[in-house]
Amino acid sequence: MISECEIENLELVYKKPKTLTETPMHYCPGCGHGVINKVLMEVIDELNIQDKVVGAAPVGCSVFEYRYMDIDMIESPHGRASAVATGVKRVNPDLYVFSYQGDGDLAAIGTSETIHTVNRGENILMLFINNAIYGMTGGQMAPTTLIGQKTSTSPYGRTVKNSGFPINMTELISKLDGAYFVTRQAVHKPNGVRKLKKAIQKSFEHQKENKGTCFIEVISNCPAGWGMTPIKSNEWLEENLIKMYPLGDIKVPK
Amino acid sequence: MIRGTINIDTEICKGCELCIIACPQKSIGLSNNINSHGYKYVELILDNCTGCINCALVCPDSGITVYRQSKNSLKKNKYLVAKL
Ligand SMILES: Cc1ncc(C[n+]2csc(CCOP(=O)(O)OP(=O)(O)O)c2C)c(N)n1
Ligand code: SF4
Ligand code: SF4
Ligand code: SF4
Ligand SMILES: [Mg+2]
Repeated sequence: MISECEIENLELVYKKPKTLTETPMHYCPGCGHGVINKVLMEVIDELNIQDKVVGAAPVGCSVFEYRYMDIDMIESPHGRASAVATGVKRVNPDLYVFSYQGDGDLAAIGTSETIHTVNRGENILMLFINNAIYGMTGGQMAPTTLIGQKTSTSPYGRTVKNSGFPINMTELISKLDGAYFVTRQAVHKPNGVRKLKKAIQKSFEHQKENKGTCFIEVISNCPAGWGMTPIKSNEWLEENLIKMYPLGDIKVPK
Repeated sequence: MIRGTINIDTEICKGCELCIIACPQKSIGLSNNINSHGYKYVELILDNCTGCINCALVCPDSGITVYRQSKNSLKKNKYLVAKL
């Protein structure tokens, strides 16, 4: 190993955010959830809002994220994180409130809550982690699963005939008047991580000004559920998922 | 060239190798050693890190801390050299 004292005048330029706890994460090696949890805490550190923010955690692989985020959090019933966040925000309008949900959670069992939260223009940040699969329960097909994608419940690949089309939830909710800022990001590359951070910062700024729902989809990997190494999973994400779900802003404030 | 270095928490590292791919300098490699959780971990293998923080950004387990030579110190060194 190279020793660090060989170079003089070293300055600290990156360390993990202080609002991320020391608890080791339970996520599989290379899982995007870890990066997203971390970036969210970085923003909370930089805005200095650790005691002014409440998160609604989902059911899914990120179910234990309240162990990693040193902020007030509520564990929501499956699919209902945006409804829980609605309640928190309405009772405490001065707090920053976010929900964090997977695609099975937000785009399957929670479809109704998702649509109506955005339609009401609830003044919260909704984070939607799309890995095109039910990660936690063993890699079953999700509404977001691609055509031809093999999962434990579509072992020969998803077909339109049996399961319909992959749902583009973010495009769909962007058409609702309550949606103020809607964007799709990914964290498989360093620049993507930087962009996600900016999007989260912007969303909290909009929330401070009571602008309405900010919705960030993050295209993420699931090496375990996809049956790939982390590196391979990020290549597959780039070649397939991002084609179906292109990155960039979908609705920006006028 | 600005020089930097990283510190890897080898007990937190799960050996996912995403930092290896993210490093433009190819400074990081997978070690043959295994930590107490049973994961191979990564280490700095080349002395050419620039402190760009790419590896730390993509690390899902927040196991990397990055240091970089301060720009001021570079200027100061140059000045000293010029004086000598
Ligand atoms: C009411 C209810 N129905 C079903 C489940 C089983 N269940 C747990 S997590 C999950 C889906 C998780 O997928 P996703 O939301 O995409 O999260 P990921 O693990 O992929 O991050 C399901 C169906 C449950 N816990 N509760
Ligand atoms: S099952 Fe998939 S989403 Fe869940 S922790 Fe493992 S890699 Fe991440
Ligand atoms: S800081 Fe940049 S150059 Fe140094 S190891 Fe990390 S990615 Fe490589
Ligand atoms: S990205 Fe993090 S967890 Fe993965 S190999 Fe590198 S240091 Fe280890
Ligand atoms: Mg999922």
